[in-house]
Amino acid sequence: MPPKHIQLKDSHREARINNARTAVAILMVVGLLAVILTRYYTLQVTEYEEYRTQSDRNRVQLQPLPPKRGLIYDRNGVLLADNRPSYMLSIVREQVPDLEATIAELSELLPITEGDLDNFQKKLSRRRPYEAVPLRFRLTQEERALLAVNRYRLPGVVVDAQLLRYYPHGELFSHAIGYVGRINEQEVLDLDESDYRGTFHVGKVGVEKYYEDILHGDVGYQNVETNAHGRVLRVLERFDPKPGADLVLNLDIRIQQAAYDALGERRGAVVAIDPHTGGVLALVSRPGFDTNLFVNGISSKDYSALRDSLDVPLFNRAIQGQYPPGSTIKPFMSMAGLVSGLVTPLTTVPDPGWYALPGDSRKYRDWILRIRGTGHAPRVDMKMAIAESCDVYFYDLARRLTIDGMYEQLRPFGLGERTGIDTTNERRGVLPSTRWKRDAMGQAWYPGETISAGIGQGYMLTSPMQLAVATSVLASKGVRHTPRLLHAVDGETVAAPLLDPVVVPEEYWQAVYEGMIEVVHGKRGTAKVLAKGIQYLMAGKTGTAQVIGIAQNSVYNEADVAERHRHHGLFIAFAPAEAPTIAVAIIVENGGGSSAATPIARKVIDTWLFGEAADG
Amino acid sequence: MADYLRQMPHQGSADLARRPSAARRFHIDIPLLVLLLALTVYGLFVLYSGSGKDMGAVVRQGRYFLLGYFVMFAVAQVSLGRIMRWAPWLYLVGLAMLVAVMLFGVGAKGAQRWLSIGGFRFQPSEIMKLMLPLTVACYLADRALPPRFLPILACLGLIGVPAVLILQQPDLGTALLIAASGLFVLFMAGMGWQYILGAVVLAGASAWPAWMFVLKDYQKQRILTMLDPESDKLGAGWNIIQSKTAIGSGGWEGKGWTNGTQSYLDFLPESHTDFIIAVLSEEFGLRGVLVLMGLYVLILLRGFLIGIRAESSFGRMMAGSLTLTFFVYIFVNMGMVAGLLPVVGVPLPLVSAGGTSVVTLMAGFGILMAISTEKSTGPR
Repeated sequence: MPPKHIQLKDSHREARINNARTAVAILMVVGLLAVILTRYYTLQVTEYEEYRTQSDRNRVQLQPLPPKRGLIYDRNGVLLADNRPSYMLSIVREQVPDLEATIAELSELLPITEGDLDNFQKKLSRRRPYEAVPLRFRLTQEERALLAVNRYRLPGVVVDAQLLRYYPHGELFSHAIGYVGRINEQEVLDLDESDYRGTFHVGKVGVEKYYEDILHGDVGYQNVETNAHGRVLRVLERFDPKPGADLVLNLDIRIQQAAYDALGERRGAVVAIDPHTGGVLALVSRPGFDTNLFVNGISSKDYSALRDSLDVPLFNRAIQGQYPPGSTIKPFMSMAGLVSGLVTPLTTVPDPGWYALPGDSRKYRDWILRIRGTGHAPRVDMKMAIAESCDVYFYDLARRLTIDGMYEQLRPFGLGERTGIDTTNERRGVLPSTRWKRDAMGQAWYPGETISAGIGQGYMLTSPMQLAVATSVLASKGVRHTPRLLHAVDGETVAAPLLDPVVVPEEYWQAVYEGMIEVVHGKRGTAKVLAKGIQYLMAGKTGTAQVIGIAQNSVYNEADVAERHRHHGLFIAFAPAEAPTIAVAIIVENGGGSSAATPIARKVIDTWLFGEAADG
Repeated sequence: MADYLRQMPHQGSADLARRPSAARRFHIDIPLLVLLLALTVYGLFVLYSGSGKDMGAVVRQGRYFLLGYFVMFAVAQVSLGRIMRWAPWLYLVGLAMLVAVMLFGVGAKGAQRWLSIGGFRFQPSEIMKLMLPLTVACYLADRALPPRFLPILACLGLIGVPAVLILQQPDLGTALLIAASGLFVLFMAGMGWQYILGAVVLAGASAWPAWMFVLKDYQKQRILTMLDPESDKLGAGWNIIQSKTAIGSGGWEGKGWTNGTQSYLDFLPESHTDFIIAVLSEEFGLRGVLVLMGLYVLILLRGFLIGIRAESSFGRMMAGSLTLTFFVYIFVNMGMVAGLLPVVGVPLPLVSAGGTSVVTLMAGFGILMAISTEKSTGPR
């Protein structure tokens, strides 16, 4: 290659220039490496603590360990509320590159409802960093398999097992023990946040809610080392949770079942109480519902079906139902008369089949007038008045007692106030008085209203629970407990609180008992059908409550409406009369009369006394 | 030939008298080889940990190194004269392949960088990393130095065409690195300071239009993320935050080999490739960084020394350019992982896992060795 340049190459000069440039280059390199080194020095020495902490915070997560919820048993040790493992799908937001895309992919794999998403979004906004937020509960085997297969393309999606409430008897105990459900927004504010970390469910109704503190237990914690994908690699430190206590209830599944079966498809309630202890042996309200539906958020379809049903299955008739006691009030009225000295067991009242207030022409009819055209007998004493449910006797007694006298004497039996039973949503009923009417309605009391109050009609309202408690006070001759569903916590018996007893002479009890025994065992007793084949003495009192009218709605067909205008049938009873061990109160809505309720009492009491209903 | 004769008197007569050593006969620069071997061993240890104790990855990388050392020795045997004859042709082949990439290249992550020939994937820009500076040096070698305006312009043309082609792929990082390797030749050739200053001013002035019209959104994002990683903690900022955390938490002593929580728990991305310096920093601490830095500095100094001792201007320019390019890799990688520079795909030389970069770098060291041993063997 011949040189084509005019300028000649000068090796020395070139080498000199190159050396100079090399020197500049070395200076440049050293300078820039010094910059880099300074940076590493700053990070590793000056700011070391900060980054050390940050790296620990990266890998160490504080995980709540939710406590195991206490189980619930009946008095025989039959499990009523269980915990079962259930799989749920959660998302760790920090590890999901694109949340919407991930949810879209997930919903192609398994059904995710609007409700699931709503719940998820709400929880998402309150989560701690790296906390797994549940999206779907109760994954099926297939769904779990699908998720496992697709796991590699769903970063941040985790499947966890958790213990979930399960009610093996479903509808049977729905109103007796209530249910748990997912913690809602309001509850998040009310609950102790630290105690409910990692817990997704809380008692919503009933025993589950009333004893939430005991059932829940105490949350535990563990420090775990996780990788960037949130997978736990090892546990560094652990504080075990304290599991919730197991509850044994006074409820007896056999009696509960007997009452439930005896009510059948009719609407109504049965409450049975052990008068010695105040323990609630049965608490049935029909129709019930499958409480398991509520555990993980009921579907809106299922919920509206329950909510809109004319039978109001969500309504706990046993403690929320407000029914006129009807003639079941009569034994208590008798006791009121005896205590106030207005009558003795031997006092008789003339019974033409109707009653009129002095100086008033209005006739208050006895129910028997329509049937027999006359009264029960020319003169009626207390025993007959109770046994045959004579209205006239009690019209007269009520007039003499006055409404305020009635209020004073009936209150000690627990009427007109909450019984204080250990469950939720109890209603207090109404035990009217002049003051009550003035306060509640702003009106004066009319004497005629006293007359109908005397036979448990009018303003007077009671729940089946209140009637059962009052009956229990009768059965125990004055001992009054706050009724208790709870029998024992973790094996330790919890006694029902005692309230002020009703103290009256023994002969008063005997007088009332005689009348009530005659109701069942007397020739003309209103519940004499029960005496057939009975092997013990049962004391009872029938009642009928008029239905004052229900909301008219064009949706309901006429047969339905007609059926729903029939009288409610009531019955209270205790047995064995000489040493009672059970007191019951029964209401059958629109049963037409007490005859719908009486056989239920027999079945319940037979089951309690003999382990099964005598006549199947 | 004339050059050769003129250079003769400057050579020590003792050198000629003595029998050339084995190292010289096989064109091996012993200090450089020792340093490279030390770096290789150190790098493999870090890689074992950075890959999550994957012996397979270490063996694979070891094979790349075997290939790399073989290539280095092979290249070292080629005389500079032959290299100078071949380089322009290979440069043209490289250009042709870059055009081919543009026409029917294979894409990955939104960029077309690969050429697939018979199932073998190949990145033509890799050839250019050596052929471009070689060709520029070749062009300048016969000319009087320092270069005047027109030769500089010609060199800029040689540099610009492949750089623009690579920029189109788009691969900003490689384009800049390749352009730099060519510019370093010009710099070592003694290009006048007025041109250098002018270029710096021009680069500064073109920053704004580059931002507006040339840079892609993801590239701008990288720069913004580097400036403020906290602005996008879970997205693009994640890598930087985690790598800084890894480095910082290593402290002076480090957490110990294979005890780095950031890399083992997957917080650190690309822990065995581009971000491997974070693993080293976390596990060996600043001490380990200093050892690495020391090895690098010695290699760089050896490179510059080879340049100073080189007989031909071609050798001097090439040694300087290769050494500076090696430095740029170190600087960019260590800078980006520590959050000083935007994240571009530049591996930590001879430490990051990956075969291509090892082979290219080792070929470069082969050229350096050829330069360091040229005087006693070759005609040039």
